[in-house]
Amino acid sequence: MSTATETPAQHGLAAHSHGAGTKSVKGALDRFASFDVADHSVPHGREEEWRFVPMSRLRGLHDDAALDGSDYTVAVDVDPRVTATSVGADDSRKGSSTYVPVDRPSARAWAAAEKTFTVDIPRDEIIERPSVIRLTGTSADRGAAGHLVITAGRHSKSVVVIEYDGSSSFVENVEVVAEDGAELTVVAVQDWADDAVHLAHHHVHVGRDATVKHAVITFGGDLVRNGTTLNYAGPGGDATLLGLYYADAGQFIENRLVVDHNTPNAKSDVEYKGALQGKSAHAVWVGDVLIRKEATGINTYELNRNLVLTDGARADSVPNLEIETGEIEGAGHASATGRFDDEQLFYLRARGIPEDLARKLVVRGFFASLINRIGVPEIKDRLMTTVERELAVAEELAAEAAGDA
Amino acid sequence: MSTLEIRDLHVSVETENGPVQILHGVNLTVNSGQTHAIMGPNGSGKSTLAYALAGHPKYTVTSGSLTLDGEDLLEMTPDERARAGMFLAMQYPVEVPGVSVSNFLRSAKTAIDGEAPKLRTWVKDVKTAMDNLRIDPEFSERDLNTGFSGGEKKRHEILQLELLNPTFAVLDETDSGLDIDALRIVSDGVNRFSSGGDKGVLLITHYTRILRYIKPDFVHVFVGGKVAEEGGPELAEKLEEHGYADYVGEGAAV
Ligand SMILES: Nc1ncnc2c1ncn2[C@@H]1O[C@H](COP(=O)(O)OP(=O)(O)OP(=O)(O)O)[C@@H](O)[C@H]1O
Ligand SMILES: [Mg+2]
Repeated sequence: MSTATETPAQHGLAAHSHGAGTKSVKGALDRFASFDVADHSVPHGREEEWRFVPMSRLRGLHDDAALDGSDYTVAVDVDPRVTATSVGADDSRKGSSTYVPVDRPSARAWAAAEKTFTVDIPRDEIIERPSVIRLTGTSADRGAAGHLVITAGRHSKSVVVIEYDGSSSFVENVEVVAEDGAELTVVAVQDWADDAVHLAHHHVHVGRDATVKHAVITFGGDLVRNGTTLNYAGPGGDATLLGLYYADAGQFIENRLVVDHNTPNAKSDVEYKGALQGKSAHAVWVGDVLIRKEATGINTYELNRNLVLTDGARADSVPNLEIETGEIEGAGHASATGRFDDEQLFYLRARGIPEDLARKLVVRGFFASLINRIGVPEIKDRLMTTVERELAVAEELAAEAAGDA
Repeated sequence: MSTLEIRDLHVSVETENGPVQILHGVNLTVNSGQTHAIMGPNGSGKSTLAYALAGHPKYTVTSGSLTLDGEDLLEMTPDERARAGMFLAMQYPVEVPGVSVSNFLRSAKTAIDGEAPKLRTWVKDVKTAMDNLRIDPEFSERDLNTGFSGGEKKRHEILQLELLNPTFAVLDETDSGLDIDALRIVSDGVNRFSSGGDKGVLLITHYTRILRYIKPDFVHVFVGGKVAEEGGPELAEKLEEHGYADYVGEGAAV
């Protein structure tokens, strides 16, 4: 067994060890799951899973606020071989990922969603062009519930992009099922208006020898909370979980991941990167990896990096690793939160590049490297443009701060 | 002619437990047209000297002076020093994810020259320099140093040296981690650089083998944060035979 905890030496930032500081993730992983809303008590904010969340901004979505709103539209742009359609809540695809709701909002959305939106990629088809589902909210007044199931047939290869924008109070479950040998990329882009609240739970079910890349990108919204859980249907699965978030003043963004290594010889690679700027911008990342007794020969790594661009922003980063078998190939995690990477800045400056420009290159590079990993050229430019727009705000804030000093 | 002058340089490094004094009075004069080798055991302060020359923020010059043609380098930021003609090939080049090699090279060249290079000649110059150093053209689109092997990183340092064409080059263990072919390729690059005009080279190394390819005019033995002995190329041969054992006692006493 080899467990490695590392932060690249050049960053000189803190890495977490697996020693005394690591708390057991048993509670989180074996946490209660039920389809019955009544089984989930209303969280109050002291619970481990809710301790970072500003509960008063949830608009009661975690409690009893109605979820019968329908103030949104869905636009679909897919290859003709892909079926993307709305079906009844009793459709058998709902639940096919093995997911059982792990918290109250998720259970409420499961019960409340009147329809299930399904995206099916047929077996053996190789579909280059990304399938795009766009959900546009038109009002945040009334809570709405959604359910989406993406199914990639055996040995298919495809990309699905789910985009969110506009105003909404949206609670949803997303099931991602990659059948045996499928190669699937799913990208969720949360580009909400400032007043949106989005509570999403994604469950990814990785088939035997399937390869799944799952990415969550969060730019907008007042409060966005994403739970992502992943397990395997058979051995040999390969999962990459990527995330990018950019929290502005007053924004709360939380990502909680649980990777459940329940089969042998699988891989998981988690990389979440975030930037924060402005007063009380708050981002939370909690990454749990459980390696069960049967998960021999697996390899896992998780990394969270936060770039704190201005004072007054806060990033919480909690990686957890629980290992129940000694026979694994590798397991490691790292977490780093800081301003700029001084060594990177120095390297560029030592080549004559002025400090301002060096900072710009390093910060853009921070995002570009993750966006490149997502590997969907069709959305790359647009994502970088959004990052540019956000960075312009950061640079203004920095200039103001310099002016005040 | 240009002169890089290091006088009684004392340098401390910031550590978690406060500053630690590493250099205890270094004196060294490098004129353009000369190659100086600095040799010394691990931990003797060679990289500290290199970083202090380049202006790394972790290293503080506590006393002494550092001038380039009479100009005070200590007053300059790292980028100003580079624009004044200094270059440091680092022992451990830093990975900068998301910044492509080509974007980086163009940005650096523009900064050093004060204007953007002409596109056509630049593309050709980069290609030639990469060919000379046996660097695969596809490295242009890779993230700077990211995932490069040790040897690839060193070759990229020399690529930058050739393209940015400074007056003084400080090469910090550019030879370590290179196999014999790569060593020859890298040495040829350094020699092309020095033969391209009035250039000074400060070659920091732990081993004598690179001195077969890059001939030093002077050799300085660095121990315990200062120069313990200096001489001509013959000093390197002595080190080859006896190692640093003769000096280490002295170093410990510093
Ligand atoms: N950033 C730092 N933090 C803590 N100690 C440092 C730092 N930089 C240098 N030192 C210490 O200063 C001393 C000199 O280090 P330096 O890297 O300059 O040696 P060197 O001669 O280049 O060694 P090598 O041959 O191993 O490259 C060493 O004891 C080293 O541990
Ligand atoms: Mg060194």
